[in-house]
Order: sequence, then C-alpha cells, then structure tokens
Amino acid sequence: MTIREIAQLLDAKALSGNDLLDTAVQDVFCCDMMSDVLAFATNQSVLITGLVNSQVIRTAMMLDMRCIVFVCSKMPSEEVVSLAEDNDIVLLTTAHYMYTTAGRLYATGLLRGE
Amino acid sequence: MPPVFCVVNEMEGLKFHFDIDGGDFASAGEASVETKKKLRQMGFPPDVIRRCAIAMYEGEINMVIHAHGGVADVEVFPERIVITLTDHGPGIPDVSLAMQEGYSTATEQIHDMGFGAGMGLPNMKRYTEDLKIETKVGVGTKVTMVVDVS
Repeated sequence: MTIREIAQLLDAKALSGNDLLDTAVQDVFCCDMMSDVLAFATNQSVLITGLVNSQVIRTAMMLDMRCIVFVCSKMPSEEVVSLAEDNDIVLLTTAHYMYTTAGRLYATGLLRGE
Repeated sequence: MPPVFCVVNEMEGLKFHFDIDGGDFASAGEASVETKKKLRQMGFPPDVIRRCAIAMYEGEINMVIHAHGGVADVEVFPERIVITLTDHGPGIPDVSLAMQEGYSTATEQIHDMGFGAGMGLPNMKRYTEDLKIETKVGVGTKVTMVVDVS
C-alpha cells in the first residue's frame, strides 16, 4: 500500500513529503509513548500518534520510518514540519480518532509493525 | 549538530564528541541523528546503525530530562562501537530499580512529550551488547554502551 492510498483512506492531508506519497509501506505502529515505539516498532513502519513535537520526528528517524499520521486533526509547528521535510518523512494529519485511524489501516491487511 | 571534533587513530578508532544541551527538549536527539548519519556514511550494517542510534537517543533524552545535559562520546572501531554519555546530574539512587521496565521518575510534562515511560535504560540494554552504569548521587552518571558490529 502506498502512503497516498493511506491518505485517501484516512481523508488525510499531507503536511510534508508530497513527492514521497507513492512510497510503498508494509506495516503500522500506533503509540504515543516514543520509548515504546523505539522498543517495539519495526523499521520503515508508518507511525500513528497524537503527539506533534520534534521528538516524534526524531523517533521516526531512528527507525527509518517513512510516514507519520497525526490523529484528531493535530497540527505540528512549522519547525516540526521542516524537520520532517528535511529528513524525507511524510506527515499526514487526519480528523479521525486514533482508534478509527488504526482500525481503518488494520482492516486493509497492513501488518502491525510488531 | 556537527561533532566538536573527530580524530582518526588506528589504535583508538574514530572519535566523535558532542555537547548535549540540557535546556532544550526540542533539540534533544541531534547528536544521535548526527551519529547515525556518520555510521551510515561509514557503511556499517543497518541493524548496527539502528541499535546504536536508538540506544544513544534514549541516553541523550535521559540526559536532557534528568541531568540538564552533558557530553556524548562515540568511538568507532571496525568490530564495535562504544558510546559514552557523561553528565553531572543528580545521579541514580537505585540502578536496579531504574533498569526495571516501567519505572520512571519523569514528570507529567515529560510524559506529555512521549517519554518517561520507564523504557529508557531498558531500551539501552535491549539494543547493546554491554551496558555499564557508573553513578553517584549528587555527582553524576556515566553510561558506557558497546554495540558489536558482527
């Protein structure tokens, strides 16, 4: 599944990495605790989170994640968007709650990133 | 964040030194990002780079959260990478307790930022071959981590 297809499925808006939307991704991790992401997520996952600070981007960088989905219409600062842009990470924001967001992606058969 | 210096020495390996700013949570992790880039440029295997980056990142976050910053030194050898984090913070009163997953003394503010779940030191142990903690209450803490390349 591509990031573009994920964006369409979640009615999400891309905040960075518009040129990377056709990147294929295979699994998803869903969490607000970044240490749990570091402990349990796999490389190159999509991260679903409600946090929008710079450490979310750096956590994704450590795991070579390609895409972060912010739920509940959360919007990061311009600095956070720039950090993602500079490191080739696609940021999406969706109005859906975390449960709905994860559920929609889970139903497509994307792996759980565990 | 460029390293302050790097030295090539066949006996001592390649060294990088970073000052970790303790006053700015937003910039925490820059040294780990820089180290990851350096290791990638040097051609180390992705798994080795990942484990070094995560372990150092957790340590860097800990230094910012608990110790008002410190210094990080990375020594790169063909067969191993040694990461040393030194601070002059409050020290760790009970290391075995701090090593337990889920134990944390972080504030609610830190939790709101996505850290302080009590996974920092356990993650540092999880991703390294050797973790050594030297600490004295009121003096500071020195954490040495070794990641084997093979």
